[in-house]
Amino acid sequence: MTQDNAFISFRNVNKFFGKYQAIDDVSLDISHGEFFSLLGSSGCGKTTLLRMLAGFEAVSSGEIYIDGQPMSGVPPHHRPVNMVFQNYAIFPHLNVRDNIAYGLRKQKLSRAKRNDMVDDMLELIKLPEYGDHKATQLSGGQRQRIALARALILKPKVLLLDEPLGALDKQLREQMQLELRALQKTVGITFVFVTHDQEEALTLSDRIAVMSEGRYLQVDTPTGLYENPVSREVASFIGTMNFFDGTVTSIKDGNAVIKVDGLGEVSAPVGTMPLMAGNTVTVAIRPEKFLLTDDKPDGLQYSVKGQLNNAAYLGERSHYYVSIEGVSQPTAVSTQNRGRTKEIEAQNRPVWLSWDSAAIVVLKDV
Amino acid sequence: MMLQKSETLRAYSLLSPTLIIMAIGILVPFGILIVMSFWTQVGFGFDMTPTVANYEMATERPIYGALLKRSLWMSGMATVTTVLLCYPMAYFVAFHVHRNKMLWIVLMTLPFWTSYLLRVFAWKVVLGYDGVINSALMNIGLIEKPLEFLLYSQAAVIITLAHAWAAFAILPMYVSLEKIDRSLLEAATDLGDGPVMRFLRITLPLSLPGVMSATLLIFIPTTGDYITPALLGGPDGVMIGNLIQKQFGAVNNWPMGATLAIILMLSIAMITLVFLFATNFVRKRIS
Repeated sequence: MTQDNAFISFRNVNKFFGKYQAIDDVSLDISHGEFFSLLGSSGCGKTTLLRMLAGFEAVSSGEIYIDGQPMSGVPPHHRPVNMVFQNYAIFPHLNVRDNIAYGLRKQKLSRAKRNDMVDDMLELIKLPEYGDHKATQLSGGQRQRIALARALILKPKVLLLDEPLGALDKQLREQMQLELRALQKTVGITFVFVTHDQEEALTLSDRIAVMSEGRYLQVDTPTGLYENPVSREVASFIGTMNFFDGTVTSIKDGNAVIKVDGLGEVSAPVGTMPLMAGNTVTVAIRPEKFLLTDDKPDGLQYSVKGQLNNAAYLGERSHYYVSIEGVSQPTAVSTQNRGRTKEIEAQNRPVWLSWDSAAIVVLKDV
Repeated sequence: MMLQKSETLRAYSLLSPTLIIMAIGILVPFGILIVMSFWTQVGFGFDMTPTVANYEMATERPIYGALLKRSLWMSGMATVTTVLLCYPMAYFVAFHVHRNKMLWIVLMTLPFWTSYLLRVFAWKVVLGYDGVINSALMNIGLIEKPLEFLLYSQAAVIITLAHAWAAFAILPMYVSLEKIDRSLLEAATDLGDGPVMRFLRITLPLSLPGVMSATLLIFIPTTGDYITPALLGGPDGVMIGNLIQKQFGAVNNWPMGATLAIILMLSIAMITLVFLFATNFVRKRIS
């Protein structure tokens, strides 16, 4: 994948730690002003990729370009990037103001100018009164904002964020997500964000690279990743997904007729996927794409009868697990609780699951 | 309330062995010293009438002041030398040794495992008239006759003290360097600092507590040292500690010895306080 407007480019980047290959031939483009996330579980190489971008790790082979400039041999302190560290790395011996102004030393500004810039930053991160506070007296959320301000005051071309919200509690994290997103829109700087939290990545990003074992599985918008995952791994990493085994019986005009274990014969769009009759495929359907009813409904293409095993009421939605004959795993179904929802009735009763072909994602791997 | 009270009580009962030893081992002799400094030596006994004659004599006779000044100067030099030499070693182990750190630390503090006297004598062998350095230099033909300033000089005392007290400098500096969060160094680099600026702005200020404890740990005991100057100092290297020892020994004027000991202690305390205030002030100015 190559883009003409690529602002950051990884070209065949490899990274070895001894014999262990942390990054496996990654080529990736990130555009200017994009909020780009590297998403994956720990050890997938996302942090290594970020640290190579910052210059803390050298590439073993390949090249990284930022704004057209090759970065090999450029030390971290000469790169046009700044980083927000996972633990924020706030300097404990300096106060808030000096922490934020730390990187300005090289610019040889007048004291007044520098103070103005720091004041602007304190305003931006909504901590205007905190300039003279000691760095050690701050809460996690405040430290996180100061780490942001300290990097942003240098107007970097790229801001790197290494799981910056990981240490915050849930409520603060959600608030900071919104603020971070708004901030990125305000300053217009390219953000590269590392996280293992898929919900966080979906909330914040323009595009996400889902990573595993040193390479990325898919790079797409949050909607693209959720609605059109390319593999079982991506589909199960982002949200919940039901998988069914199937066999292609015929293909016509980008539509495949697939015989699915337990669900019967369905027709689904497969685009340009190289499929032939007789291929085994995975049919994937998100829990919320099902309609759950007591009686067989009209209007939807496909229905199957099942038995309700388990139900959980979660406030705005409910989760159900339905067992279908011929399907080994119980099928997850999620419903929005619109209107006044009644108590969930007795379990172990027959129900109907219905869906249409737009709900179906066909995956080539089994 | 009850709980708090018993907590306090427990804390004191845990402290009590230490407190008792402190009282017996430090406060009591200190008290005796203070009282004695106001006495007068009469033959082999004391005239116990309180008098400040000893203090008057100590300030009037130039020898005491000169020796005190020289002691402070020499141990100051030894302290600076030790800290400057040991900082790089502590830095190296803290940042560049990744395996067997403890082994390195143990090796660096190895001199400390031998007796103090032995170490001093070892230096005598090294620095002596026909010692290791002189014979080596003569053998390779750099000098024709032995260098005499090596032994029995202030330099000999300073070198020996610096070596003997190295462990006290390395350990606190190593600890304060070791606990610096590495991500702070990366953050400084990320924000544009090269290695030198990063050291001056992050590593050095954050390791300052270790440097300060090393300085005090060496300066305080070496000022009153008398073994090294007695064995290696020669006439130029005599320190106030030698004089105090003589007062309690050959001169047999215990009250005068007590007076000098107290004056020495007060001088050290004053210098320490000034040092603490100065570093505090400098640290505030930096940040």
